[in-house]
Parts: sequence; structure tokens; C-alpha cells
Amino acid sequence: MVPGDGGGALMLGIQLERLLGAAPAGVAEALDAVDGFDRALVTGLGRPTPEQSAALAALAGRVAASPLGAVAAEAVEKIAAGSVSDERLAALAAARAALLGAVHDAQLAALDEALGREREECAEPGGGEPLGERLLDGARSWLREVALVGWRGLGDDSLRGLDQALTALWAEPAARRLAVLLDGLAGELRACLPLSTWERLPVRRWADLWANAVLLCQPGAAGAAEAAAGPTAQVSGRLLPLGAELHEHPTAVQLLVHALLERDGGQPALLVRVGVGAAKVETLTGPTLWRLLGGFPALLRALAERRALTVTGLPLLAGGELVWDESGVALDEPADPFVTARTQLAGALAPAVPPLRRHPVQLAEPVLLEGYRVRDGVLTLDGHRLPLDLEHLPSAGPLTPQLVKASTACLGLLCWEDGGWSLRPLGVRATARRQQVEAHTGDWTQGPTDPKAAKAEARWGDPVETLRERAGRLLRA
Amino acid sequence: MENGERAAWERRPTARVVPAARPRKVVKVPFVELVDGRLQGVVSSGSDIARVYVSAVEAGSHDVSCGTNNNRPCGGIRPGGCKHVEALVKEAVLQYGEERVARFLRVEPGEGELTARLRGGGINRDRPAAEVFSRFLRHLAYLEVPASTAPLPELRWFPATGAVR
Repeated sequence: MVPGDGGGALMLGIQLERLLGAAPAGVAEALDAVDGFDRALVTGLGRPTPEQSAALAALAGRVAASPLGAVAAEAVEKIAAGSVSDERLAALAAARAALLGAVHDAQLAALDEALGREREECAEPGGGEPLGERLLDGARSWLREVALVGWRGLGDDSLRGLDQALTALWAEPAARRLAVLLDGLAGELRACLPLSTWERLPVRRWADLWANAVLLCQPGAAGAAEAAAGPTAQVSGRLLPLGAELHEHPTAVQLLVHALLERDGGQPALLVRVGVGAAKVETLTGPTLWRLLGGFPALLRALAERRALTVTGLPLLAGGELVWDESGVALDEPADPFVTARTQLAGALAPAVPPLRRHPVQLAEPVLLEGYRVRDGVLTLDGHRLPLDLEHLPSAGPLTPQLVKASTACLGLLCWEDGGWSLRPLGVRATARRQQVEAHTGDWTQGPTDPKAAKAEARWGDPVETLRERAGRLLRA
Repeated sequence: MENGERAAWERRPTARVVPAARPRKVVKVPFVELVDGRLQGVVSSGSDIARVYVSAVEAGSHDVSCGTNNNRPCGGIRPGGCKHVEALVKEAVLQYGEERVARFLRVEPGEGELTARLRGGGINRDRPAAEVFSRFLRHLAYLEVPASTAPLPELRWFPATGAVR
């Protein structure tokens, strides 16, 4: 039975079979072209070798029939001749993004088909307010330097130059996405110095981050995805959390809650996300992260106490994000995420994905699974094997590989990487010491409930307060 | 690592190169970083709440330096460090793990605590105090940035990790 046709909300073996069996045409070829570009970025395009030029030409060739075709081809020709400019790099980043976007779309279509998930149509995207040119200058010149010297050629000096650009970007709320992205990349690069001798580099990852930053530097790109979702721009209703993801790098944290929104007026429930973020420093990690999000008490309490929320007049963006505002929300009755998923996930309407967000890493679709076995990090349902992503269980919550292994039900996100689909758990029901336990990523938003973790956190004190006290004292001095 | 395994890792958008930092108590050493060829940071004074020491260890030579934020040299500094440098190295190991700190400082592999394995080195009289201190203030400024409710889709490349209890 297909959920969209009124069946159950559980993901069934037959659906998993359909998903794993889907092999959209052209994916391997698209990713190969992306790979060629990414490898060229390792040593830089300043003096392109014939192999590098061929890799760029292959990338442009893959988008030849698209509106990007002509600009991409011209950029490749000029870069091969030794002339790198921001415009040409943007053309290549766009060609790369178009290919990854196509891979994203094909996989998402396969997922929607397998699960019978209904999805909204994407409205024509509008451009956002452009960021100031001067604000972007520092970022652009650093991105150009990366393209010229490659990851292997970056040194301390170049990263120090980026620090200045970052200070300006962090100070401008409209540039937050670019600040968060570049700071995360800079942190990783700094940790790998000297890059010339580092054994293996995360070639795809860093090229992804670089290309995204180049695109965010284009006029209007940073705000484009934040356009409101047309006539339903402001929504009210009951919000039922399904699960929470936590994203973190040394200077940023984001809580992303997946939830169902029961709108007033009896329309079908919407699958939405609520994201709240804060800047931080590297030392602040683990359960302390929740303290950084203290400005969102209702959201945090709803997660810890597994309750629903009533929301009134919150903006809904085109990508399915509900823009959080504590003044428009109130805590509601208890709501078990497993019950929410079981009763409502099947008929819910999934959001469209705005064009600039179409990248395989953005595939993260909530599902509920039961009746499986877990062995060696792989979940098996009716003989169909789905790898579990146990690497990304945050230390800020109670989920552990052991709990997932002992689980009998799992709410998680279906994610896709080069190797195929995997499941990233957000919450589980498990049998531990002959007792039924339930654990969700957001369980510790009011502090760890596990005695061991609570003791460890007490030992660290309140590092956020300590650092603020130091800041106050020393900044005054 | 096998070639195939390496190629697969290189194609992963969420492949992380260094493990995430671990939480630690920040009262004694509010700031530590590995940058510009130095392990450097800020150590709170044990006796005066308004005073901090800026301490550093150079990678390779293991020359040390230590002085107050008002640029007075630390009385206890000697080749190999002082109690502030020792505290700094210890907290760096807690935060980044011994492997990363040892690699960065180019400490020879060996037994025992990292602080005891630093080469004698010398004392760097040309202390980088002002620079380190301004980096510390820049670091603290992150805590003044207002929280945000706008989507940050780029953070999908940074899923949190670390549950290994």
C-alpha cells in the first residue's frame, strides 16, 4: 500500500525496495563531471594542466544544452588560456550546481515515487535583496585565490585574509549564510595546515562549500530562497514535532526541527521545518549547545517534553521553513512523535525545494520504520538493506549507536550520498535492559537526562556564562 | 586505506577531516587555538580575577612565551614553559585531542604526557601577546552575535557528531 493513497505511514519493505531499486539515468555521468572539476580545485586553476582543462571542458559539456551552456563553455576556454575571473568562476560553480541539482531532483523524485509522497510545486523564485558589493569583496577575492592556488596551495596568510572578510560578514545579518558557510570551511582548512602535506582531502565536500559560497556571492542569491511561499505566507495552526537535527561547526550551531503543521481550516497537514541558529566558539559543544539557543524556550521545551505547539501568524517560506518567533507560539498538549508520524506523515504535503537548495546533501526526508533488524550498522527490512548513518548522532543528545542497534522503531531522515541512500536516526524506541526506552535528539534541550552526561556537564560548569563574564571584564579593561 | 575506500570518502559531502572539538572546562583557560604555527591562548591568573596571561608554544622549536595582558613577562617562565603554558597545553589536548596537538607542534611520538615531551626550546622574548589577545577578543565577539531564525541551509554540510558514550 502506498501512504499517499491512504495507506499506513510506516515505511514498508516494498517501498524501500522501490527506493533502493530506483537508478535514475545520468546520475553517474553527472557526478563524474563534478568529480573532475573538484579534483582540478585541489591544485588550483592558476596554471591549468591539460587534464584540468579537459575536466573543466567535460563539466561545461554536460550543461551544453542548458541556458548555462554558452557562458560555461566560454569560461572554460578563458580559464584554460590562463585567465581566471570572478565571473568565469561563477559560471563554473553554476554549471556544477546545475548537475548536482539534477542529481538531487532525480533522487527526490525517486523518493517521492517510492513513498507516494505528495510535494508542492516550486513557485518561480524571486531574487532577494543584493548584499553590498564592498561587503562581498573580501569573500570573492578569497574564493578566487582558492581557485587559483587550489586547496594544496593555501597557507596561513590566505586564511588570515579571510578572517577580516568574515568579521564584516558576521556583522551583517543579511550575510549570515555566507558567514556561516565560509567560517565552517575556514575552520577545517586551518585544522589541516599545512595543506600541502595533508594525506587525503575531502575533495567533494570542500568543492561543494567553495561553489556554494561563490553562488551566495552572486547578486540576490543569498536572499532568494527566503521568499515567502505565496498566498500561504503566514500560517497558523498546531505544530507537531517529528524530530530534531543538530548542525554544528566551530563557530555556528543550528537546531532544525522537522514537524507537521496542522493548519486551521482543515487543509492537509504540511511537512515543515523550523530552524534556529546561534554563533558560538569551538569550546562550546556537546549538551552546552542548547544553552546557546536559550532565546527559544518554547521550542526547546516542546522538544524535551515532547509536546505540540500552537503557532499564530508565522511566516512560511517557499522551502517549507517556518520562521520561528517565540511571541507567536505557545506550548500545547503532549504529542508523541511516533504517534504523529504514524497517524499523519502519510497524508502530509511535502514542501518544494527552491532551486539554489537542490543539492544531494539537502535530501533529508523524514520517515518512520519498524519491524527491521540492525546489524553492523545496516538496517534490514524485509530483506532490503538500508545503511544507518551512525556517524552523525550528536553528543548533545541521548541517541547512541547502541540504542539504534537495540531499536524496534526509528524516526529518521532518508539521506543520499554518492554511495546511495542511508537513514540518519532522529529518534528511536528501543529495548535496553529489558525496558522500553525512547530517545530523541532533542531530549536534552533542558539539560541532559542521563545521569552520566548530566554529571559531565555539571563538571564543565556553564562555559557560556564563564566566557561572557571574561568577555565583559576584559573588553571593559 | 584502500583506494576504493579513499575514493568513496573523497566523494562524500559530509566527510570530515578532523574530529570535532570536545567540551572542556573554560574557567582556567578560556581560550586556546592552533594557528599561525603556534599553540596559543589565554590563561586566567590564579590570584587576580582581572588578570590573564597570554601564553604560546611555537610549533617545531617549542619556544615558549608567557606574559600578562598588560604585557608584563610571566615570572615563572623558563625554557619548557611555566604553569600557564602547561595549563594551556593540557587544555589544548582536552579540546583537540593529543594527536592533533602533537602533529601541529611537531612533537616526536613517545610515552607520557605531551607537556613533558616538548623539546626544551627557548623563550620567545618577542611575545605575540597583543596579537593573541586581539584574537581572543575576536573569538569572544562570536558570543555577542544575535541568534537567527532565517534558514541556514549550508549547515546541512555540518551535521553534529560525537555520540560515542
